[in-house]
Amino acid sequence: MSPQRPPVGDRFRHFLSALGGATTPAGDPAVPQVAAPAGVPPTTEQRRGGGRRGGGEPLNVPPAEFTSYYGRPILKPPVWKWDIAAYLFTGGTSAGSALLAAGGQLTGRPALRRAGRVAGLAAIGASTFFLIHDLGRPDRFHHMLRVARPTSPMSMGTWILGVFGPAIGAAAVAEAAPLLPARGVLGLGRRLLPPVGHAAGLVAAVTAPALATYTAVLLADTAVPSWHEAYPELPAVFGGSALASGAGVGLLAAPTRQAGPARRMAVAGAAMELWGSHRIEHRLGLLSEPYRNGTPGRLLTAGRLLTAAGVAGALVGRRSRLLSGLSGVALLAASLATRFGIFHGGVASARDPKYTVVPQRERVRRREASHSEGES
Amino acid sequence: MPDANSLYGPLDPAPDAGWADAPPRMGFFTDTSVCIGCKACEVACKEWNDVPASGLDLLGMSYDNTGALTANSWRHVAFIEQPRPAGHRTPPFAGNPTDGPVSAAAAAVAAGTGNDTGTDPGVPPGDPAAAARMAAGPEFLGMPGAQPPGRGTGAAERTDFRWLMMSNVCKHCTHAACLDVCPTGALFRTEFGTVVVQEDICNGCGYCISACPYGVIDQRKGDGRAWKCTLCYDRLGAGQTPACAQACPTESIMYGELDELRERAAARVATLHERGVPEARLYGHDPDDGVGGDGAFFLLLDEPEVYGLPPDPVVTTRDLPRMWRRAGLAALTMAAAAVAAFVGGSS
Repeated sequence: MSPQRPPVGDRFRHFLSALGGATTPAGDPAVPQVAAPAGVPPTTEQRRGGGRRGGGEPLNVPPAEFTSYYGRPILKPPVWKWDIAAYLFTGGTSAGSALLAAGGQLTGRPALRRAGRVAGLAAIGASTFFLIHDLGRPDRFHHMLRVARPTSPMSMGTWILGVFGPAIGAAAVAEAAPLLPARGVLGLGRRLLPPVGHAAGLVAAVTAPALATYTAVLLADTAVPSWHEAYPELPAVFGGSALASGAGVGLLAAPTRQAGPARRMAVAGAAMELWGSHRIEHRLGLLSEPYRNGTPGRLLTAGRLLTAAGVAGALVGRRSRLLSGLSGVALLAASLATRFGIFHGGVASARDPKYTVVPQRERVRRREASHSEGES
Repeated sequence: MPDANSLYGPLDPAPDAGWADAPPRMGFFTDTSVCIGCKACEVACKEWNDVPASGLDLLGMSYDNTGALTANSWRHVAFIEQPRPAGHRTPPFAGNPTDGPVSAAAAAVAAGTGNDTGTDPGVPPGDPAAAARMAAGPEFLGMPGAQPPGRGTGAAERTDFRWLMMSNVCKHCTHAACLDVCPTGALFRTEFGTVVVQEDICNGCGYCISACPYGVIDQRKGDGRAWKCTLCYDRLGAGQTPACAQACPTESIMYGELDELRERAAARVATLHERGVPEARLYGHDPDDGVGGDGAFFLLLDEPEVYGLPPDPVVTTRDLPRMWRRAGLAALTMAAAAVAAFVGGSS
């Protein structure tokens, strides 16, 4: 046995000391009581809102009395690290930027076009890094290209990225055309690049909405309770967040007289995102809880406040370059906070067996109730 | 042409996965009523499959020092200590302890222990109150006092004790979410209807880990890949019994054709009910359940969650078509909003 190895039974000795005198032969009055199950207050929350729309399972909140093997989680919480939450943000920002760039390209707003393409490329580059970095075997990232499988949102996402990434990349490179000399081989490039960039920018814009919303299916298509049950609204949150962050790029980079569409995009994106996140935080009963408590709750609240501030700034600061820029930063920060909030809310719901057992028990109870009604 | 039940509902998985002339579907029936907790299955599995060590420490979870199914433990024997009313069963002897049980208090503390399993997420800590309720058993007898057993109460309060043991394993679901979401094709359906990870393909994306409704599959640290029970695919191919079932001395783990195992299980439950064990129930045997029935199913003596099993698992891909539709709707809304933003005004 190596001398560095901790002695066998270390944790058990720790356990014994935590257990206190409960195992010592003589009754010790000073032994602390271990958490009493009767002390767990029942959750009295009610489902808010009237009719349920758009699918998902209605979850009435029963008392949170539940059992689990040594209280351990039943699910394995996601092993995805912060890279994936960061990717949700950069991927969405890239998609929003590509839409902004295509709009600028088609309506003659070169500042929006340039900013959107360059930001789109930067964000998709970061996304690729995050995605590969998060793999357990980064050197095998290309194994993703072995199959195309509609039941795997990650596989679909790989192929969406495979189209979008090169397209936004080509569009961004085309922005360098004016820097090339007018003559010679490079001069040819100077003439050819703009039309190529034009076509590539349109391809990227067509793929962008898919890139922004498939990530919602990526999270929802798991056993993680608070992600799965939020599947009707998650795409709206992610799509809206992507629009708002794309608008943020526009507000930050373009002069005020070209930034009108970015302001309107910010309003539309914020509306989608706020509607979706409000539903997620209130419609799911017990499974909304992880999104309201703790760090995820704080992140989502911060996201909401920053979105509101960003939209207000964008509308008020029509003529102020500084105010527009600041609201652009606020919108980007809002998107970042929202993505991390949703990500960590789901992780928290997988870590606590309550969110696995209680809704499933409730489902069994309802099914049995409807069975016995049918028989009698 | 995929089956109408490809994502949900009763299905024979091997032909659905494209196997022509597939052999009968094979599986496990684990009868926990005869499990003696010897862990021969854990050892045999590790030996045969060359599974690395999974920590060597005491968890305080009764005799369970494995903790959970992980990438480094493909069989896991759960131990639950529960008090039972003395009733007509074995009455305690005169000298036996007569106070409330300590099992609930011990379980509550054990919820916080851990072991370096060398995997991620491995065996995360739990909720003490839920642990105490598990150990309290179906008839909750109140929380134990601070005193050791045998003091404080009279003979009227004497309780008996039961020990639940159950060898847990990958369920080899009919609708396996891990397989459905795998983006590399590393997970595949064998001709026996089981689900296996190809170690030379897996790139450790971790999607299967979040998708499994039973919390079975797990990532090995350092190695980075996901690992789980293969139902000894190599042994099956050679017509042999999987290592765990071969090693089980009480035939608690039964291996065979799934249809035959289901008949055997139904007969066993009927026998137990007849003999006065009304709490015996099957888990994962029903092809109409949320995962289309498990290839590895169980006979339990308490609620599934007491053993760490989800009470009503549903494969996440059941809702996938609706998820894609909602995403498509959101994508169209996004595109429309972007168009409107550029068309809608001059400034």
